[in-house]
Amino acid sequence: MSKAHSEVAPPALQLHGIAKYFGEVCANEDISLELAQGQILGLLGENGAGKTTLISILFGHYVADRGHIDVFGKPLVPGSQRAAIAAGIGLVHQHFTLAGNLTVLDNVLVGTESLWAPASARSHARARLRALSEQFGLRVDPDALVQRLSVGEQQRVEILKSLYRQARILVLDEPTAVLTPGESLTLFEALRKMAAAGLSVILISHKLDEVLRVADQIAVLRAGRLVAQRAATALDRATLAELMVGRRVLRPQRQPLPKGEVIWALQDATIEGHSANARLRPATLSVHAHEIVGVVGVAGNGQHALLELACGLRAPNSGSVLLRGQRQGQPQHAALRRAGLARIPEDRHREGVVGDLEMWHNAILEDLSDPRFNHLGWLRKAAALEHTRALIAEFDIRCEGPAQRTRLLSGGNMQKLIVGRGMVTKPSFIVACQPVRGLDEGAIADVHARLLQARERGAAVLLVTDDLDEALALADRIVVIQNGSLSAPIAAQDFDVGRIGMLMLGQEEKTHAA
Amino acid sequence: MRLERRTSTPASLVLLNIALVLGLMAATGSVLIAQAGAPVGASWLALLNGAFGSKLAITETLTRATPLIFTGLACAIAFRSRLWNIGAEGQLYAGALAVAALGSGVIQAPGYVLIPIVMLAAALAGAAMLMGPALLKRYMNVDDVVTTLLLNFIMALFVSIMVQGPMRDPMSMGWPQTLPVLDEATLDKLITQSRLHTGLLLALALSVVLALMESRSVFGLQRRAVGLNPEAARFAGIPATRVLLWTTMISGGLAGIAGAVEVMGMRGYVTGDLSPGFGYTGVIVAMLAQLHPLGVPVAAVLVASVFVGADAMSRMFNVPSFIADVMVSLSLLSMLAGSFFLSYRIRR
Repeated sequence: MSKAHSEVAPPALQLHGIAKYFGEVCANEDISLELAQGQILGLLGENGAGKTTLISILFGHYVADRGHIDVFGKPLVPGSQRAAIAAGIGLVHQHFTLAGNLTVLDNVLVGTESLWAPASARSHARARLRALSEQFGLRVDPDALVQRLSVGEQQRVEILKSLYRQARILVLDEPTAVLTPGESLTLFEALRKMAAAGLSVILISHKLDEVLRVADQIAVLRAGRLVAQRAATALDRATLAELMVGRRVLRPQRQPLPKGEVIWALQDATIEGHSANARLRPATLSVHAHEIVGVVGVAGNGQHALLELACGLRAPNSGSVLLRGQRQGQPQHAALRRAGLARIPEDRHREGVVGDLEMWHNAILEDLSDPRFNHLGWLRKAAALEHTRALIAEFDIRCEGPAQRTRLLSGGNMQKLIVGRGMVTKPSFIVACQPVRGLDEGAIADVHARLLQARERGAAVLLVTDDLDEALALADRIVVIQNGSLSAPIAAQDFDVGRIGMLMLGQEEKTHAA
Repeated sequence: MRLERRTSTPASLVLLNIALVLGLMAATGSVLIAQAGAPVGASWLALLNGAFGSKLAITETLTRATPLIFTGLACAIAFRSRLWNIGAEGQLYAGALAVAALGSGVIQAPGYVLIPIVMLAAALAGAAMLMGPALLKRYMNVDDVVTTLLLNFIMALFVSIMVQGPMRDPMSMGWPQTLPVLDEATLDKLITQSRLHTGLLLALALSVVLALMESRSVFGLQRRAVGLNPEAARFAGIPATRVLLWTTMISGGLAGIAGAVEVMGMRGYVTGDLSPGFGYTGVIVAMLAQLHPLGVPVAAVLVASVFVGADAMSRMFNVPSFIADVMVSLSLLSMLAGSFFLSYRIRR
């Protein structure tokens, strides 16, 4: 009897009726999941669907209010990270937990090996690390300093750290958020090899396509509940999107339009800076009316410098910036607003709104010198409230009213406020940076529709994003930004994911030709 | 267990917070009085009597509160936009020296001309003292707590040089003090036979003006935006440097006026012990007032009453008046702890 039992391998992981509440908010409700050995499970869900809570319970950060977890058939002690690691669970965070001033090997050894291990153990450890990285194709030099590594390489170190600790179940939280398309493919190959070697993988993501591509099984969470666990082959994109959102969502489609006159242009503009992200090498670019130009690149490659210029926060060190033919000197904020500039900053909480102010404050924050809201230095509160109410109605912002504290808005509604306050003036030039980051499908469709409407109306849009799919869906032309340089624009009909990926890595065509 | 930000703060909790602060002051005060060997009940009665028990007591409390309102406003205005001005003490002395320099005979003019001139000079002197730390913060990222705090000691030594050297009153019979200000530069008494002067009216008027500036003016909104989220303020095109410089002028200016009214309304001349820590107590007053300009006079009167009352108590029962310092300091700590729980709650 017991013999027959051991022949069938127990599932790597079983969750039984997991539930977790924060106050009245239900984060997880009755979630039961099974992950077989050697299987890749894609865990899909929108922001706030309960993915992170579920993983935190698995890894011992939280204790579930109900339910229990079995790992390889044995119950897992709740609320203990140590127990989770000992049971063979490895977690690769979205934000890495590496020490930049240590080597790869030291990062792997810290907290893994005893402090009193003899020096000879190091060479043994190095050999083991090498073997692991060979086996799964996770190439990285064990003696390199972590701070010198690219983001993709650092992620490999995180994965190797878990593998070195003999993790049998690897959990990756949004691993592709920081990777180029090419790096993502390399990662997926490594994951496939791990699965083939009998490891189990949980891949957390909100990108439907990549989960469909790599996972065997797909589980979808919505509002804290598990709404489906099915084989990936039995699912398609549309079904998944519907499962995630709970209703059918159509992303707006871009219609071809003839482009108009040049609205905004850079001519050999440069910005000097200390980091790759704050630097712009001589850049020339023009954005026309009726056109969306997508700027894609791995985060931290000069997008910041480009945005500072486009948003009128600074003047270039050399070269020029032209808005409707006017050369821009030292930026004058109010004049830029009058000239038709609208901005959607990258981080709504940090740059978009002042969360502790009321909604109506934020609604007029960009236009404080506008006589509609400013009477000899005094606020025209009645006019501002009226203006805010109009924004709320026109952009369908769900809130208690214009006096609501802004930080209490949901991400999507906060973004609608930012988009609305920019768009309501019918701007001729719109700078949008990561406009849908962290939004759910419904809100994404809404923001995209607004951008496309503005384009139709005749606005020029500069869309800076690290989500290539977003650029492919919206942009008429794509420019790749890499290490502070802009590539030549690629027109919509010539979009080629492989080539754009190469440009993002700074490997213009070379690998292609080889 | 974890902390969770409140979505709203019920008014009952705000009142409870104030009650707890007062309760803790009473409790620690009682323990210390008992420890000093005095009858607790009678001592409290003496304290309350000393602070509010007679017309004289009330005027004394308000007189003590007047400079605290100015320094409290100076701190509140600065703190609200994250300029950590701990240097009101030094700015107060800068203002006082400016009054002594211009108000003691250099300018001869009737009161309605002279008083505004010397007040303005005092405000500019206080603002000038804060300008250095503000510019260092803005352009070199130097910690403003350190610079403003250390300037207090530099100013204390400078005052000592001035009152013993170039600005010493030759008629002072060797006492280190400046020339007295002219009668024209002296503030009128509000109530005869008391020390209460018109500086209090100016303090109250400024509280109201600043409250309006904060809630109704464009500059107030800009200041709040810069203080709450400098990054978003910059993105929205708010001129952060200009906002910081005007905040510096207002905050340093208020502290300078605190020194001016103390000289023009109370002492008549500057000495090295003009202020028993009004600048530092201003920090406490501002925090007790939750940085609200209209709360500042209330908090200043509360703090002043503890100090004035404790003096009376100590005369009567021979208990140390330092008990007042302990009570006021503890009130700050409990207020800070209380305000934290006004915006956060503990969830399991």
